[in-house]
Amino acid sequence: MGSATLSTSTPIASLQRTTGILLISAVAALMLCAPLLVYPLFLIKILCFVLFAAAFNLVLGYAGLLSFGHAAFFGGGAYIAAHAAKVWHLPFELAILAGTAFAAMIGLAFGALAIRRHGIYFAMITLALAQMVYFLAVQMPFTGGEDGIQAVPRGYLLGTVDLSNITAMYYTVLGGVAIGLLIIWRAVNSPFGHVLSAIRENEVRVTSLGLKPDQYKLIAFTLSAALSGFAGALKAIAFQLASLVDVTWHMSGEVILMTLLGGMGTLIGPIVGASIVVGLEHFLATSGLPITFIIGLFFVVCVMMFRRGLFGELKALLERPKS
Amino acid sequence: MTEIFGVPVAVLLGQLLLGLINGSFYALLSLGLAIIFGMLNVINFAHGAFYMLGGFAAWFLLSRLGLGYWGTLLAAPIMVGALGVLVERLLLKRLYRMDHLYSLLLTFGIALMVEGLFRHIFGSAGMPYPVPPSLTGGINLGFIFLPLYRGWVIVISLVICILTWLAIERTKLGAYLRAATENPALVQAFGINVPLLLTLTYAFCVGLAGFAGALAAPLYQVSPGMGSSIIIVVFAVVVIGGMGSIGGAIVTALGLGIIEGLTKTFYPAASSIAVFVVMVLVILIRPSGLFNREA
Repeated sequence: MGSATLSTSTPIASLQRTTGILLISAVAALMLCAPLLVYPLFLIKILCFVLFAAAFNLVLGYAGLLSFGHAAFFGGGAYIAAHAAKVWHLPFELAILAGTAFAAMIGLAFGALAIRRHGIYFAMITLALAQMVYFLAVQMPFTGGEDGIQAVPRGYLLGTVDLSNITAMYYTVLGGVAIGLLIIWRAVNSPFGHVLSAIRENEVRVTSLGLKPDQYKLIAFTLSAALSGFAGALKAIAFQLASLVDVTWHMSGEVILMTLLGGMGTLIGPIVGASIVVGLEHFLATSGLPITFIIGLFFVVCVMMFRRGLFGELKALLERPKS
Repeated sequence: MTEIFGVPVAVLLGQLLLGLINGSFYALLSLGLAIIFGMLNVINFAHGAFYMLGGFAAWFLLSRLGLGYWGTLLAAPIMVGALGVLVERLLLKRLYRMDHLYSLLLTFGIALMVEGLFRHIFGSAGMPYPVPPSLTGGINLGFIFLPLYRGWVIVISLVICILTWLAIERTKLGAYLRAATENPALVQAFGINVPLLLTLTYAFCVGLAGFAGALAAPLYQVSPGMGSSIIIVVFAVVVIGGMGSIGGAIVTALGLGIIEGLTKTFYPAASSIAVFVVMVLVILIRPSGLFNREA
């Protein structure tokens, strides 16, 4: 972390930028062709978690806040979107928007509460608040308890494209996730993003510059919550299901693992991490092995052996001989 | 005078008793969490897992090896404590110099591993665990019938909490511990083995969680999920009380158990979120926690 390179105009930096653009183009091309090769619903799942992890990374990797309650936003967005589509009969876009708006609202409330305490307390408060959302989801009638909200209609994109077609659904989710990632990329590379990183490195100094760190943290937290809710809403509509799984503390932990495994504080890390974890779970689901145990093992190995994550370690390895 | 706000007094007292029992377990766990945080600067997410392991150790020793209740109550915490020594020496120790975040994530991973493994082996269902013959039955206190085992749980939890508090505040060992919290390098320079002190502290607190698990076994069934469901509530308790004071942790834990019991009597639907609501109120009114000196 904190390997900020000031020299943006050096040959190495421009080389990096060209590589970056090439890489993004390659991934974009791959994602456009992917449904021909892989089961689209599986790809949709990966995409939703990619956005979720990237949104979470905005808080952990850039602002340095460990939230242990992001499942509340992901699952909350999923429940509201599913309810809006199924019971209120809202069109696809408005259902997604409702889920996102709800996540942003509780994100604002949770953030405002949790930011009053620092460090380790922040993690515990977010965890407890998210657990409250979980208990509410268990008890409130509209969530359907253990069954969740099932058979959610997918509807039509812009009133024309039938999303019950899986390929259409895939490209819609791909577009949505791309927009989400773009927002994160913009936020991180803006003055706002630089202030966030500065808060992570030295909050006192940021205060001494006349800025209010708490405001920045709250904006970042709310944005992260909104995008997590957006990811959850997309997943609920695409899978036609919102269930308790999305609001458990396991889910909050899983998104931490995705970010940690890929490399927090990098834009690509969470994308790599989410793909690996979802892929791993997909593979393990049929193997009969205890998934939770293996996820826990990944956590321990990550924390003990490579704290910078796969992408972070790779980046460090590539940068070492040149500097 | 047999009803308060439409609730029979006997029911109210019964729920208060249950609340006090829950509070006793919260106290045993939050006490350990607070000491570990104070000494090691670690938030031990695995505390719930060790609580669950205590329950399973007791169940295993009783049903498979035929050890009696009192034997299991002694052996289970020792087993859990020994496991704690391994975790501290092999893993946690290497993370002391890093951000708190990593030790939290490590213990979170350990908690997932333990819970995942036990869920895989035992399923989600609970294992029944009998109340020991010497503690079956109850006594009539005039206003309420007190099952003997429940009374025992409250008494022994309080005794252990107070003894631990005294040991830290009033004994020489406790003085070493407090000094090592303030300035480990200086205490080390005086010839005290600080790393050993840290290992023992972790093992003791984790053993305390194991003891709570063994104590809880006859009241709640022993199940793989029992640890994670209690640890999040205990975290809320710790946020409310603040980790600065051990006495504060004990008082907060018992108080919240009682509040939970009262909610269960008057508005059952909200009982599972009562502690969290209290937490929100405390953060709003007194952000640094009830017993904390600093944020």
